[in-house]
Amino acid sequence: MQYREPGVLLWRGFTLQEFTNQLFGNKYDYGKGRQMPIHYGSNKLNYVTISSTIATQIPHAVGAAYSLKMDKKNACAVTYFGDGGTSEGDFHAAMNFAAVMEAPVIFICRNNGWAISTPTSEQFRSDGIAVRGPAYGMRSIRVDGNDALAIYSTVHAAREMAINERRPILIETLTYRVGHHSTSDDSTKYRPADEIEHWRKARDPVTRFRKWVKKNGWWNDEDESALRNDVRKKVLNAIQVAEKVEKPPLAELFTDVYDHPSSNLGEQERLLRETVKRHPKDYPIDVPV
Amino acid sequence: MTNLLWRFRGLALRGLCTSSAAAAVEESKKSKAAVNLFSAINQALHIALESDPRTYVFGEDVSFGGVFRCTTGLADRFGKHRVFNTPLCEQGLVGFGIGLAAMGNRAIVEIQFADYIYPAFDQIVNEAAKFRYRSGSQFNCGGLTIRAPYGAVGHGGHYHSQSPEAFFCHVPGLKVVIPRSPREAKGLLLACIRDPNPTVFFEPKWLYRLAVEEVPEHDYVLPLSQAEVIRQGTDITLIAWGAQLAVMEQACVEAEKDGISCELIDLKTLIPWDKETVEASVRKTGKLLVSHEAPITGGFGAEICASIAESCFLRLEAPVARVCGLDTPFPLVYEPFYMPTKNKILDTIKATVNY
Ligand SMILES: Cc1ncc(C[n+]2csc(CCOP(=O)(O)OP(=O)(O)O)c2C)c(N)n1
Repeated sequence: MQYREPGVLLWRGFTLQEFTNQLFGNKYDYGKGRQMPIHYGSNKLNYVTISSTIATQIPHAVGAAYSLKMDKKNACAVTYFGDGGTSEGDFHAAMNFAAVMEAPVIFICRNNGWAISTPTSEQFRSDGIAVRGPAYGMRSIRVDGNDALAIYSTVHAAREMAINERRPILIETLTYRVGHHSTSDDSTKYRPADEIEHWRKARDPVTRFRKWVKKNGWWNDEDESALRNDVRKKVLNAIQVAEKVEKPPLAELFTDVYDHPSSNLGEQERLLRETVKRHPKDYPIDVPV
Repeated sequence: MTNLLWRFRGLALRGLCTSSAAAAVEESKKSKAAVNLFSAINQALHIALESDPRTYVFGEDVSFGGVFRCTTGLADRFGKHRVFNTPLCEQGLVGFGIGLAAMGNRAIVEIQFADYIYPAFDQIVNEAAKFRYRSGSQFNCGGLTIRAPYGAVGHGGHYHSQSPEAFFCHVPGLKVVIPRSPREAKGLLLACIRDPNPTVFFEPKWLYRLAVEEVPEHDYVLPLSQAEVIRQGTDITLIAWGAQLAVMEQACVEAEKDGISCELIDLKTLIPWDKETVEASVRKTGKLLVSHEAPITGGFGAEICASIAESCFLRLEAPVARVCGLDTPFPLVYEPFYMPTKNKILDTIKATVNY
């Protein structure tokens, strides 16, 4: 998983409270406050915890898919990455492995034109990503990433293929990153503001989908504002709840390095507790000792 | 917030710039301005590109100035063929740099975070480090310099905080250098760029904006493999590098209030390291403490302690001591607990001196 797929989790049933618990790294965060915000993970929802390193998890999806195949599960693995991620060696290794091992995996490349400040023209000279599928002996498809219905049909068909034929497939979704890369980025330093505005206004996938549901008479402005107000309230509430919850206890600093703490960790925990007792002011009060 | 504050406090105390009085007088005649660490790096890169037309600077997002602004203005000034973005691929960019260097160029590679250097591990360890040796010196990639921001920042978690220096110190053929301040960064980076061996230069990203000191505007290099005693003392020898020196410095100040005189040494080059300076100090003080942010087990502190235990055994009056990161991945909310803090160091100084 890369860091731009909270939508997948939301769709699978991760609650707003579960999201905000992770964002605040409180004691209910499944990752026990150890990782930066947005590094979600949910065993229950088959969503492997995100790593910040680009592309490293793509081959994992292939291994997981192979396991699903060997276990004769009616399921496939799916992995998401950006246009930048396709330059890493791990991407190429994963594609080749998937083809050779005939693993039921769906590769979804979110080609949003930019990897931080690097445009795709400085990332690769192939015609995007989809062309690479056939080169590895894998089917691929390019789809308008701002068309929710097109994405839905594509992924639906890809899933059928992956599972029924036990083979990998590559999907390239063409889109644009209208936001800055992260909160510490100012993307107007490297791309024109009107380019961003164009995508935000003229090509916005949410606006487009809204038009479609409205045209069908399934949605109107009142529904829209009611939903927005409701969601805003729920999000704010989830934030308020999460920020008040204390952090995971100090003992969790040492768990999970191995299945059982090794002796060196036991010793370090003992020494650390003595230090905390001697210098309580050095340590945050919201971490129970 | 607490963890941010304790680092700030020490840095505000002093910029950790020290050099001998004579050198200071000499330097004061030349022009210099107070700049922060990323600007000092930027100056060094400007000078490197200016002084040798066969010098290249590249990496992920380098063209617009880099995510830490170290390469600001370089592409405009020297053109997009000498300063450029690469595809997002660390093994590719180091491998490319090795080839470029092997053709007699200076290749200055930026890895966006030290945490992301591992995809390039094979290229660095098996290729760059052994290029000269395996060819009987018919070939070398000495023009290669790999820059990477390392270390804690208060909110980086697993993948924006690591200190991976020990991995590279275990590889004969590489040099590993870590500066503590802007002036040091400029002189040591230029030395790495011009050194005829592949070097890995870790930049303390905590200090990029925070550490400010006067940096000579002209071209200068500081010697590699030469440690510096940045604080004279008689009771115990303290060794560190990079950002950790600011923390050590605070511990020294506190220890002094208790009548303990600490000698603080900036190792600067981790391999090949300046054993002589460390030994001379330990022979004087009889005690040694090494501190680094990286996990204690297998950290470079272990090498220093073992070497000194061998060579200064009869002079040691207390066990060698280490105050380092814990043997866990770098944890987000537990960062203040993980870190080798001033008070952990101070406690260990006292325990060692009173042994
Ligand atoms: C191995 C590695 N190198 C560098 C980085 C730093 N980094 C974080 S995001 C990013 C750009 C990713 O671009 P892309 O894959 O296109 O995804 P996008 O952010 O555009 O969705 C980079 C270089 C990283 N996280 N991991």
